[in-house]
Amino acid sequence: MSASTQPEAHPNKQPDIIRPYGDTTGDGMVQVSFTLPVPHDKRAEGAALQLAAKMGLEPALLVHAKAMGPDFTFFVVYGSAKHLVDLRDVTVVEREFPLLTPTEVNKAIKTRLRRKLVVVGACIGTDAHTVGIDAILNIKGFAGEKGLEYYREVKVVNLGAQVLVPELVERARAEKADAVMVSQVVTQRDAHIHNTTTMSAAFREAYPAGQVPLLVVGGPRFEEGSAAKLGVDRIFGRGTTPGEVASYLVHALAPARGTTTTTTKEKA
Amino acid sequence: MSSRAKPLLDLDPATVRQARALARKAGRPVVKLAQSHTTVSVERATLRLAGLAGADHERVPWVNHLVDAVRAEVGLEHGVTTPVYDALRRGEAPDLLTLAQKAASGSVQFRLPEGREATRARSAARREVSRGIRTIDKQRTTRDRLVRRHGDPEQRPWIYLIVATGDIYEDIPQAQNAAREGADIIAVIRSTGQSLLDYVPEGATREGYAGTYATQENFRLMRAALDETSKELGRYIRLTNYASGLCMPEIATLAGLERLDMMLNDSMYGILFRDINPIRTFVDQRFSRQIHARAGIIINTGEDNYLTTADAVEAAHTVTVSQLLNEYFAKEAGLEDWQLGLGHAFEINPDLPDSFRMELAHALLARQLFPKAPLKWMPPTKHMTGDVFRGYLLDGFFNLVGAMTGQGILLVGMMTEAVVTPFLSDRDLALQNVRYVLNAAGGLTEDFHPPRDGFIQTRARQVLGEAVDLLDAIVHDSDTAGDPPLLAAIADGTFGLMKRPADRGKGLDGVVVRAEGYDNPATTMLEEGSDR
Repeated sequence: MSASTQPEAHPNKQPDIIRPYGDTTGDGMVQVSFTLPVPHDKRAEGAALQLAAKMGLEPALLVHAKAMGPDFTFFVVYGSAKHLVDLRDVTVVEREFPLLTPTEVNKAIKTRLRRKLVVVGACIGTDAHTVGIDAILNIKGFAGEKGLEYYREVKVVNLGAQVLVPELVERARAEKADAVMVSQVVTQRDAHIHNTTTMSAAFREAYPAGQVPLLVVGGPRFEEGSAAKLGVDRIFGRGTTPGEVASYLVHALAPARGTTTTTTKEKA
Repeated sequence: MSSRAKPLLDLDPATVRQARALARKAGRPVVKLAQSHTTVSVERATLRLAGLAGADHERVPWVNHLVDAVRAEVGLEHGVTTPVYDALRRGEAPDLLTLAQKAASGSVQFRLPEGREATRARSAARREVSRGIRTIDKQRTTRDRLVRRHGDPEQRPWIYLIVATGDIYEDIPQAQNAAREGADIIAVIRSTGQSLLDYVPEGATREGYAGTYATQENFRLMRAALDETSKELGRYIRLTNYASGLCMPEIATLAGLERLDMMLNDSMYGILFRDINPIRTFVDQRFSRQIHARAGIIINTGEDNYLTTADAVEAAHTVTVSQLLNEYFAKEAGLEDWQLGLGHAFEINPDLPDSFRMELAHALLARQLFPKAPLKWMPPTKHMTGDVFRGYLLDGFFNLVGAMTGQGILLVGMMTEAVVTPFLSDRDLALQNVRYVLNAAGGLTEDFHPPRDGFIQTRARQVLGEAVDLLDAIVHDSDTAGDPPLLAAIADGTFGLMKRPADRGKGLDGVVVRAEGYDNPATTMLEEGSDR
C-alpha cells in the first residue's frame, strides 16, 4: 500500500502522491458524517455503507447510526479512501504581491501616490452582515491586525450594510475612491455573484473606460479565480487579513517604479 | 426567572439605582420626541387595525396606497384616520378597501374636517380601529388558554431554535420537527432585505434570501401549524418573528393579530446596524412596543449585535447600557418585566485566558440587574471558525453558562454557524448538546456561588461601573442642533463606533411632526387600556 503512495520518495523530497493520514502513513483514513432520508434499521445501515463504498471508502466502518425522527438516520463512517492525491496536479492562486507592514504601506503610498489612498467600502444587496467589511476596514481589525482605518495614508469611507449599488457608485465618485471594497457574507442562491456583477457593471457604466476604481470583493463564498468573470479586480476569501488587503492595494495602485500592474492577474 | 434568596454578585445597590436613573434621564427626552411625531408606518399600522389588508396586483399594500394618498393631499400631521373616515362618511367609498383602491387611482378627495364633522370622523375611526385592538386582546386570551391547556416547557431556559428556508411551506415541517426534537420556541428568520422595505409583503411567500418574509399570511400559517404541534406534544410551542426595520409598527400589529408570542424588537438596532433614521426608529419603536405590551408578546432585544461588531470584552458594558435603555423604553411603552427578553451573547474570544469566567460574570450581571426578565442568551457566532468540532465544544460551554446563570431563553447554537445553513443533523446534534448540558448541570444554579470579591464578582462590578460611566457620558452629550443627548450620542458614534446623525438615515422622509389636533385612535386606546 505504501509503495503506491510514495512512488519516488527521496530521502529529502516530499512525495508527490499522498493519501489521507489517520494514524499511520498511507492508511488513507477519513471520517465522514451524513444523513439519509430513511428510517433507522439494518437496511439504512447497509445503505450508508453502500454510499461510503461509492465515495471510495474501502473498507468502511459504520461507527454511529442514530434515528433523527421517524424518517431520517444520521451516520458517522470511518474508512480508508482509495483515492490518491497527486500534488503536481494541484493548482492554486498564489499571492501575486509581497506582504507589507503598515509602515511600509504608508510609506509606499506617501512616496509613490503622494496623497491619501481613498477606499470606499460597503455590504451591498440584502446582506446585513458587516463582519467581513468591518474586519478589514475598522480600526479594530482582524486576527490581531489593525484595519485599514489604522493606516495613516489610507482614507476609509465605510458605508455599512445594505447599501444600494447606485448609492455606492455615487459615494465612490464623490470621494474620488481609488478602490471600492464590497463584502458579501450571508448569501443564498448565488446572490453574492449576482450582486457583484451588478456592482461591477454599474461602475463600468458610471466611469469612463480605464478610470473605474479598483474593485475588490470579499466573502467566504466566492470562488478563487472568478474575479474576471465577475468583472472585479480581486477576490479575497475567508481568513483574509487587513494587512493582505493593504499590501494588495499598494501593489495595484501604488506599485514600485519599474513594475507594471494589470488589473486582472489571476490564473484562471 | 430564577428567584434566588441571596444575590450571587455583590453589586452596590446605589450603583444599580444610579444606572437606572441615568437610563431614564437619557430615554425621557426621546420618548417626548416619539410622542410629538408620527410616521407613515405608525399610520399604516393603524389602518391595519381598522381591518385594511391586501395589496394591488403589483403587491403594493393598500395601506401604503391610502397613507400616501392622504399624505399627498392633506398631510399626516393630523393622523391618517380622521381624513379617511371623513371621506367614508361623505360617501367617497362604501368601505375602507374600496376607498384605498379609489385613492390609489387618485379618484378620492380628502380634506381635514372641522368641528362636529371632525368629531364624527374621529369616533367612526375609533370604532373601527377598536375592532383590531379587540382581536389582539382575543388572541392574548387564546394564548393564555392554550398555555394553560398544553402547558409551558418543563425546564428553563426555554429552547429557542431558528428556521429559515425562505419558503413558508418548507419552514412549517422544519419547525414542527424542531419542536418534536425539543424546541420550545420557533423563530422564523426574515429574508435579509426585509428590514429596509417600507412596506410589508402580502400573502404566503416561497422566495426569500437567507430567510422567509414576514407577512400576515405566513404568520397565520405558521401559528396554525404550531398549534397542531402544541396539541400533539402537550407543550405550547411559541412563535417568534422580527419587528425591527422600517415597518416595526405594522409587523408588531400583524404579530398581535396573528398571535405570535415573541418579537425581536430592539430600541436602537435599526439605527446602529441598519442605518435607519433615529427619529423614525424611536417613534416606530414606541408604537410597536405598545402593541406588544397589549398583545402579551415577549420582546427580544438585540444586544448580541454590539458584541459581534466590537470586542466582547471591551464592549461588555455597551450591552448593559443597551439593556438598561431597552428596559426603560419597554416599561415606558407598557411592557412588564416578564415581557423583557433582554439580550446578551457568548462572544468573547475563546483564545483569551479566563474567557469562560468573563462570560459567566457578564451573564450573571445581566441576570442580577434584571431578576424578573426572561433574559435571552445567544450563542457564539464571531468565533465560530468553520472548525465544527471546536464549534460544538464552544456551544457546549455556551450552554453551560446558560444553565449555570438561570437564563430564560436559550438560542440554540449551531456548529455550522458561519459555514452553511444548518443541516437536519446539525440541529439534532445541537439539541443533544443543550439537553446534555441542562440535564447534567442544570442544578448547578444551586451550588454555584462565586466567591466574594473573586474574579467573577470583580469583573461584573467593573462592567457595571463602565456602563454607568458611558450612560453618564450619554446624558451629558450634546450637538449643535440641540437634539436630545441620546440622539447626539448616537450621532457622534458612542455606540459601536457607528455615527448616526438624527437628520440622516433611511426612512427619514416617513417621519412627520404631529400637529395640534393629531388623532390616532390606536395610540389613544393603547395608552388608556380601553377597547372601545
